[in-house]
Amino acid sequence: MSEITPDVVRHLAHLARIGLTDDEVERLTGELGQIVDAVATVRQVATPDVPATSHPIPLGTVTRPDVVGATLTPDEALAGAPERDGDFFKVTSILGEEQ
Amino acid sequence: MSLVTKSAAELAALLDAREVSSVEVTQAHLDRIAAVDGDVHAFLHLNADALDTASAIDKARAEGAASGLAGVPVAIKDVLCTLDMPSTSGSKILEGWIPPYDATVVARMRAAGLVPLGKTNMDEFAMGSSTEHSAYGNTHNPWDLSRIPGGSGGGSAAAVSAFEAPLALGSDTGGSIRQPAAVTGSVGVKPTYGGVSRYGAIALASSLDQVGPVTRTVLDAGLLHDVIGGHDPHDSTSIPDAWPSFADAARAGQREGAVRGLRVGVVSELAGGEGFQPGVVQRFQEALALLEAQGAEIVEVSAPSFQYAIAAYYLILPAEASSNLAKFDSVRFGLRVTPDGQPTVEDVMSATREAGFGDEVKRRIILGTYALSAGYYDAYYGSAQKVRTLIQRDFDAAFAKVDVLATPSAPTTAFPLGSKVDDPLAMYLNDLTTIPANLAGVPGISLPSGLAPEDGLPVGIQFMAPAREDARLYTVGAALEQLLEAQWGGPLLANAPALA
Repeated sequence: MSEITPDVVRHLAHLARIGLTDDEVERLTGELGQIVDAVATVRQVATPDVPATSHPIPLGTVTRPDVVGATLTPDEALAGAPERDGDFFKVTSILGEEQ
Repeated sequence: MSLVTKSAAELAALLDAREVSSVEVTQAHLDRIAAVDGDVHAFLHLNADALDTASAIDKARAEGAASGLAGVPVAIKDVLCTLDMPSTSGSKILEGWIPPYDATVVARMRAAGLVPLGKTNMDEFAMGSSTEHSAYGNTHNPWDLSRIPGGSGGGSAAAVSAFEAPLALGSDTGGSIRQPAAVTGSVGVKPTYGGVSRYGAIALASSLDQVGPVTRTVLDAGLLHDVIGGHDPHDSTSIPDAWPSFADAARAGQREGAVRGLRVGVVSELAGGEGFQPGVVQRFQEALALLEAQGAEIVEVSAPSFQYAIAAYYLILPAEASSNLAKFDSVRFGLRVTPDGQPTVEDVMSATREAGFGDEVKRRIILGTYALSAGYYDAYYGSAQKVRTLIQRDFDAAFAKVDVLATPSAPTTAFPLGSKVDDPLAMYLNDLTTIPANLAGVPGISLPSGLAPEDGLPVGIQFMAPAREDARLYTVGAALEQLLEAQWGGPLLANAPALA
């Protein structure tokens, strides 16, 4: 049995900053429970002696010469902004009313 | 129909001989799109400047400044950033977004004179095997409009198989180029990881994603791969080595005796059995017999860890996706939904992501958040990374014995729209045979191997090669394509419904 409960789903959704309705929480609890049970099979063969692979073709750390190249202008960088204020991205308050 | 049924190689020859202009070729494809895309819905956006671009290339060619594929039209999966067209990755959260830069592969295509026709439909953020998770409606399989075109790159595969474009670009994280190719009777290649730049490809799972060609012939795939591939300093995972010409590798496959002595490994765990449609297995075995008759050696190999590939993939992919998709935060670009009252920026993010992401994207982000969370990381993500090592070892052991591996490209032919969209686990099984290559970073090709006797729908055969040995895929693929087309009396797609 999986450990996925409605409270776990709400907590994960909060961490991922995704609002969910109660119906979505209920549906996802069932679906994620099934999926987690299915993918848990990886634990059968992941024994301590097997090293982890994070990248298929390791190249090591890649650097480039520290040379100034072409970059976006402020207007280009801000062109897709939902809201801007001069050369800044504008958002609503960060900390809420007590700010 | 005549110009649109030609391959890119044929069009390039006609253009170089000045027998047609790029404007004529481009107009023919725009006409075809106008005639059939209402039914197929391969495109999300059409390039309003296509004819102007074509005209400029005709002028350049007249001055001797353009050759090769210059002037041939191409469709671009909407996962790729384009300066002059919206790039949504199939999501509402990026509706109307125009990137401030071109993906490297797009920039290289433009430099080579290819004419972008538009952007193609896909599962939202490339999460899916049917294109039904697009926020912009279903794409329909040109062979049977009631069926899926595969996914996530169903739009690109449908565009080439419906003769709306001779060439297209796709991206493949777990099969999103190869499985759509299989179910639409087209050709798709997932290059070696790092062989083609990911710069400007909206990331799904960065250790798995690869951009590659979607075409109707193996030679065309090689020609497009030659244009888009090679080292890119903008992508730190891009392999710095020089690559051979993949078009030349395909031409080598068309020569007599190309597969004599070639050792073809059949992965016993992926050659049939539970979940495989009988007609898919039958066409697979017939294709192997054709190669054997030409002097290839068919060798059975075992890859016992492949049975854990889907499980490992559905931990690694959501984990990486949950991180990659954190950038869609309503601050710098894309959708912003502001709830009533006095919301904080966090409230705005949650409301935006609730409204902007579809069900499958939410499901995978939350699954990935779980797999990466404290207390579960070692059990899930850590274990999946170990399985990745075991799968690489299985590939290494197999490639010690054989030159290429063969499997069916997908376990079934195209299934009806709506039949699996509400069952995530059933949908995930479509990628059974394609996922191992992504986990190990090795290249894979899918090409048509016939029509399944039970439903008359296209079946694909997949070949895989060791990392950096993509050329082998083009050679064996072109050889088999030639043998099969000799049997069929022409390309498989000549049997597809006319549509218009």
